[in-house]
Amino acid sequence: MKISLKIWRQKNAASKGKMVDYSLNGVEPDMSFLEMLDVLNESLIEKGEEPVEFDHDCREGICGTCSLMINGRAHGPDRFITVCQLHMRSFNDGDTITIEPWRAKAFPVIKDLIVDRTAFDRIQQAGGYISVNTSGRPVDANAIPIEKENADASFNAATCIGCGACVAACKNASAMLFTSAKVSQFALLPQGQVEATERVQNMVRQMDLEGFGNCTNTGACEVECPKGISLENIARMNREYYSASLKG
Amino acid sequence: MSALIKSSLARKVVMALSGLFLVFFLGQHFVINVTSVIAPDTFNSWSHFMGYNPLVQFLLQPILIAGVVIHFVMGFVLEFQNRVARGTVGYASYKGSANASWISRNMLISGAVVLAFLGLHFYDFWFPEMAYKYLEGNPEDPTRYLEETVHKFEPIWRTVLYIVAFVLLALHLLHGFASSFQTMGVNNKYSAGIKTFTKIYAVAIPLGFIFIAIYHHLNPITH
Repeated sequence: MKISLKIWRQKNAASKGKMVDYSLNGVEPDMSFLEMLDVLNESLIEKGEEPVEFDHDCREGICGTCSLMINGRAHGPDRFITVCQLHMRSFNDGDTITIEPWRAKAFPVIKDLIVDRTAFDRIQQAGGYISVNTSGRPVDANAIPIEKENADASFNAATCIGCGACVAACKNASAMLFTSAKVSQFALLPQGQVEATERVQNMVRQMDLEGFGNCTNTGACEVECPKGISLENIARMNREYYSASLKG
Repeated sequence: MSALIKSSLARKVVMALSGLFLVFFLGQHFVINVTSVIAPDTFNSWSHFMGYNPLVQFLLQPILIAGVVIHFVMGFVLEFQNRVARGTVGYASYKGSANASWISRNMLISGAVVLAFLGLHFYDFWFPEMAYKYLEGNPEDPTRYLEETVHKFEPIWRTVLYIVAFVLLALHLLHGFASSFQTMGVNNKYSAGIKTFTKIYAVAIPLGFIFIAIYHHLNPITH
């Protein structure tokens, strides 16, 4: 396959970036998208040019590190996968592929396609934890009866890998899906009840402080989320937030 | 409570509740308007009641105007914040249509058209009514409403503008009505029913208003 690439290049956080065109031959349909970028980078290094910087780690869709806007869609054209799970067979010979970093005020570009997603870490730190008794005889979590429906919904919310595709895809750069998944995974379990009132208020406050946009229920986040996190989590977070705010 | 007032979720609640209030008002407005076609005397008497009942005039009317103002002011505030949240550099390529409907992504456009329509609607009916009652001090006339209304729809341009506005209102409602339930935290076994009701309401009510406008345009009152 021969493909043309339009890639955002930006030297550092302070500099102005621009789209740069590349042409790449010998792309195999079975290459992953990131392997294709590896091939591009090898050719750039051979030519003495700066390789394209991009985030990646596990390359099996579980770490949430890779984060590319491909042809205007977070993680590319296919559903329920991350960029590392995307393969070049999803494209055609001769295609032009546009690759950009996540765009959000709260996710500033560090270099090329890498953005600073520590805003998500700070939202987690604001309330994404539970109190566990670690003294002599802690209660085995498996011994606590939990309704299956709640356990399933909680575990589904917990599959959020924090990649930021929801923010990238949302026309408002809203982080409601991420925050609501993190709130929901605890709100649905008895272990999460101790800090329930403070958790949702603190996490929403931090989300607002980071400068994410407001949710307008377009549902783009749900469609682009590689883990299929549902909008039900946002409704649940809203309920949790209203009741917590009224409690004080 | 103070945190609630300052939060993004509070702004969304304001949008949702004011929107639901306006949806309810729209239904009530439609019920009165439809009598202008099927029962002209009822239209006159109900319009007279709405125009002279102190509770309607001095309590419900200000609440309604406040609801409209709050809804569109908050809409613009949220839109502004959302554009800032994207950052200074936007996407070179962004396929919004791949994951969300045009309607849901363009509530500002449909809302702005409806707002412009409200300006025309106030110019057509509300300002003349206020002038008739409070500036000119004319006596009560419970028989004048139907003729005044029908007269407005004689020019084709106004009828067309009303039709365009109601089409955009339908699009606005198609997303906004069900969306406000999601904002209020309702996403459960009733959501499918709410979405179905939204589709019926968002199409039927504006279509009804369009029918009334065309009916009056085609059936002018001549003396």
